[in-house]
Amino acid sequence: MGKTLFEKIWESHIVVEKQNSPDLIYIDRHLVHEVTSPQAFDGLRMNNRKVRRPDLTIATMDHNVPTSDRSLPILDQTSAVQIKTLENNCKDFGIKLFDINSPNQGIVHVIGPQLGITLPGSTIVCGDSHTSTHGAFGALALGIGTSEVEHVLASQTLWLEKPKTFEVRVEGKRKNTHAVTAKDIILSIIKNIGTAGGTGTVIEYRGEGITDLSMDQRMTICNMSIEGGARAGLIAPDEKTFDYLRNREYTPKNYESLVDSWKDNLKTDSDAKFDKTFILNIDDIAPQVSWGTNPGMTCDVDEPIPSPDEFSNGDSNQKKGAEKALEYMALESGTMIEDIKIDRVFIGSCTNARLEDLIEASKIIKGQKVTSTVDAMVVPGSQMVKKQAEEMGLDKIFIEANFEWREAGCSMCLGMNPDILSPGERCASTSNRNFEGRQGNGGRTHLVSPVMAAAAAIHGHFVDVRKLDLN
Amino acid sequence: MKPFENVKSIVTPLDKVNIDTDQIIPKQFLKLVQKSGFGKFLFFNWRYDENENIKSDFILNDSKYDGSQILVAGDNFGCGSSREHAVWALDDYGFSVIISSSFADIFFSNCFKNGLLPISLESKIVEKLLQETNVIEVDLNNQIIKTPSENIHFEINSHKKKILLEGLDDISQTFQFEDKISEFEKKSTIPSVL
Ligand code: SF4
Repeated sequence: MGKTLFEKIWESHIVVEKQNSPDLIYIDRHLVHEVTSPQAFDGLRMNNRKVRRPDLTIATMDHNVPTSDRSLPILDQTSAVQIKTLENNCKDFGIKLFDINSPNQGIVHVIGPQLGITLPGSTIVCGDSHTSTHGAFGALALGIGTSEVEHVLASQTLWLEKPKTFEVRVEGKRKNTHAVTAKDIILSIIKNIGTAGGTGTVIEYRGEGITDLSMDQRMTICNMSIEGGARAGLIAPDEKTFDYLRNREYTPKNYESLVDSWKDNLKTDSDAKFDKTFILNIDDIAPQVSWGTNPGMTCDVDEPIPSPDEFSNGDSNQKKGAEKALEYMALESGTMIEDIKIDRVFIGSCTNARLEDLIEASKIIKGQKVTSTVDAMVVPGSQMVKKQAEEMGLDKIFIEANFEWREAGCSMCLGMNPDILSPGERCASTSNRNFEGRQGNGGRTHLVSPVMAAAAAIHGHFVDVRKLDLN
Repeated sequence: MKPFENVKSIVTPLDKVNIDTDQIIPKQFLKLVQKSGFGKFLFFNWRYDENENIKSDFILNDSKYDGSQILVAGDNFGCGSSREHAVWALDDYGFSVIISSSFADIFFSNCFKNGLLPISLESKIVEKLLQETNVIEVDLNNQIIKTPSENIHFEINSHKKKILLEGLDDISQTFQFEDKISEFEKKSTIPSVL
């Protein structure tokens, strides 16, 4: 029987295999950031251990950094300490760091691919659940906890139980590529499989609806695999993948010979079997808006908010969850999504702050103004995205429309820096989590695509972007 | 890591599904650079209101449950962010066993790195345990939860059980295979970053 792409990558990285226990898996790339690493470096120091492969390890600061003027000192002392701690740790252990002043600084999952650090067929880990993003390049990319960060620093390996395989196939090609985006595809998938639907599995996204997407869009899909509960998401590499990584700053010198070997090997065999499969037709996907407090609580933009009964399909726990979510969000079932008014707009995060996301959003904004009752901001995913956008004049379009144009970082995706919602504020956000208080205590998050967020900024409420002329 | 010992305690029932790690330990506490002292921030936004007054309707604020070492919660516990701070907070607060009908993968594996035992049971049994008011005993070696009315068997992977019972340090275990790692590195085709 043939093998899936996941199985091929797994098998080629086994260092030690034992019966009925986890395999020891080699890690090719380790990405490090300021929040989940200090305790790991401390552990190394306590035990007199060094970093086994500093040359496979790259660090940046993203979660905590201010997105305002970088020439000013960081006011929040605890953030400043955490950032300083990463600097010291990287110095002590010989790790390459893109610090706050580096032109390569940015959200770790945005810079990895942009710099050519992410490679097909490799294993990548980071102390961050959205490491799944890198799977868009056909890499096995896993989010890990801090103890595992320490383990990888010390040994460049991890003990891992082999996940099951989950095929998610999206059939058909998008007709309205500007209005139905990768974000809408992945939110639809999660709405259908549920937030625990992928638990214990690695998802491989397949079908024309996926191969048709650009690399920026494929990253949006893989990024949110974790919101469907999966260990990782994967897309088989193709010419688009190989083109994207050519001539990046850290693309390997023998890249073309690597590409030749990847072309033959990195695909699921036609007779391979997945442990489970979910199929979606692209024509059934509309622009999505989340209404609740997890990404599975999502509906089409032209639908009313479902009742807890409809949503839960007879599961009493899910029903309770939906009731609680509506209460937190101050929403009632039956309300049309387009009637929900918003206070804030956040275009940013490792899900949707790449160049293409900003280009698509700017098309809506051009020549228009953010409505007076809304505060809107754009936080590019990396300093490089920011620079590229500025070269195209996108910053001017956003600024003229009264958007704030910021420096790169995680920002209001999780609000560890000063960018947060006030209690009760309602935000259209291009990020990936609408958990209670995620963007600020008491804040209410609606997950949407960049196009939907931009349109909401102009109108002050959600609008069905299919009705707009987007070309 | 300290070896896991049998636990005898009343259960703290937290009857909610999809409890994410953002709720277990909110972001403002992730800025700390040490591992200890997170217990006081556990479920912070559920325990305290905006002015940091105690919310009397939240279960951890009910003194009846003081000293409880067993948390029982709804499906998909620990979903979302990979932050191990969630496990450090549960551990520091005093919980050593978490029972649910299912756990998110990263949270589940983080538990074992810190000596916490996550037990997953059928939802019917979890619902019963949510109602349990007596002291119960969790016996890892025999994989049994003893309540006054019954003995409930639970499954655990033998490797993970050993790690908890012996309090093994993962990294020193791995170092026994150092020659295998070096051998692997010699034939690896993925070049270094720099
Ligand atoms: S942008 Fe948000 S989801 Fe992505 S790494 Fe930063 S905090 Fe995590």
